Amino acid sequence: MTNPTHNGGRALSRRTIAEQVEDLHAETGEHHVAVTFTLNGVTQTVVLPSRTLASDAIRHHLRQTGTHVGCEHGVCGACTVLLDGKPVRSCLVLAASLEGRSVTTVEGLVEPDGTLHPVQQAFVDCHGLQCGFCTPGFVTTIAAFLEENPSPTHEEATEAIAGNLCRCTGYQNIRAAVLRAAEITRERSGGSPLGPDDEAARASLDAKVRGTTAPVGGKAARA
Amino acid sequence: MKPSPLTYHRPRSIDEACEILAGVAHEGKVLAGGQSLIPLLSMRLAAPAHLVDIGSVSRLDTVSASPELGVTFDALATHAALESDVSVARVQPLLRRALRLVAHPTIRNRGTTVGSIVHADPSAEMPAVVSLLGGTVTVRSVRGVREIRADELFAGPLESTLEADEIATSVTVPAARPGTGTAIDEIARRHGDYALVGVVAQVEVDAGAVVSARMTYVSAGELGKVVDYTDVLRGASAHDDRDPLWQRMAEKARDTVETEADIHATDRYRSQLVAALTGRVGFAAARDAVLDDARVPMQTGGKR
Repeated sequence: MTNPTHNGGRALSRRTIAEQVEDLHAETGEHHVAVTFTLNGVTQTVVLPSRTLASDAIRHHLRQTGTHVGCEHGVCGACTVLLDGKPVRSCLVLAASLEGRSVTTVEGLVEPDGTLHPVQQAFVDCHGLQCGFCTPGFVTTIAAFLEENPSPTHEEATEAIAGNLCRCTGYQNIRAAVLRAAEITRERSGGSPLGPDDEAARASLDAKVRGTTAPVGGKAARA
Repeated sequence: MKPSPLTYHRPRSIDEACEILAGVAHEGKVLAGGQSLIPLLSMRLAAPAHLVDIGSVSRLDTVSASPELGVTFDALATHAALESDVSVARVQPLLRRALRLVAHPTIRNRGTTVGSIVHADPSAEMPAVVSLLGGTVTVRSVRGVREIRADELFAGPLESTLEADEIATSVTVPAARPGTGTAIDEIARRHGDYALVGVVAQVEVDAGAVVSARMTYVSAGELGKVVDYTDVLRGASAHDDRDPLWQRMAEKARDTVETEADIHATDRYRSQLVAALTGRVGFAAARDAVLDDARVPMQTGGKR
């Protein structure tokens, strides 16, 4: 190895995984593990210190920095990723535990042709972010929520984002983005953004709108 | 905010896990969902030299429910899996009611109920639920299998009576009985946060009057201790919460359940919550018992 900084990566990759784990253990005095998992559709084996959190493995070792790390103890929700399709806090999962699993981050939600995921588009449409630090966690959480509940109510949308902290927006636009994302999903699948246009849907929409809209100023509300 | 260096083990079977844990004994810790353990590692409140991750052990996520045997859930059954199981909700409805108060859905997707119970956090819901229902924890080690009754499970805050080489493999809670209702409620600053105070109640009702009443507390009183209010509450109306006996029980709760102050609430405020919630949750459990009664004849005398 005449130029270790340049050849380091390639030289390492010719060695077996077990050798790499041993070498790193000897070099650093710290136990290492080899983990094979799928990140955003790409399956790869990573050798890292066994204490590494999944959030750090994704950001530092695999350089997918869309996932943000806020509180690092499961309170803020910024690091939420989809583990086998279910939202989990990546700072509360050891990277070593990802063996054989599949992780989707905010980067992985974009369609192959570059089209934004409905939730991402909805955040743009509704101005659902300001500084953007918490956004990746919201986007992954909401994407998974809409898979289970494709047409949430106002209240359900509020409930869905209750586990994530945002210090800029005041949450109103994020909640609007949840509802907008549901519309975009319906629209993209060829339906009407407001849902199926039939008798029952119209009646329920009528009840919803009349039930919750108060005229500006509120003076006529009692009439 | 990073865990300290550790050696990671990924056993593929429960026997292998027991052997590894026996080998590292007091230096080792079992990892399942990790939703309580990993924050402790990251804050370095815990720094085990060895972590035995049982997450890859196969067939350890079974949930089964029957009216005769109650509900049994294995070590890898997540809160979310238990919460969404229809037969569990039918056999012991308190589990689902309580699980909905455990953190946020994102945490429940990964956290395991057995793990939450043996973690023995006094501010967690599930230890209080298991204590009230009188469940049992099955633990396993190279020395064999044994069962620990809920009233012998907790040695103190964050301390269970499991030995260092034992792994909790499942928890069983008895089925709900007709005529006995259950309820749970808590006050938290945000939905999903740790409760300032939570109350879990089990009330037996006969002919519209309370026969017995037992409760456990979250973030108040002694972990795992069941408080029996039968003496003050016997004969209270299950239909009318203005019955003075309900008020008397609330006052007794204020006097007997000890509370502590922290950054979120003073001890006096917590005691106030204990009194208010004991009355409210107790009455809800009594209503639940009456509803159960009303349902039984319909089920047995139905058109089937």
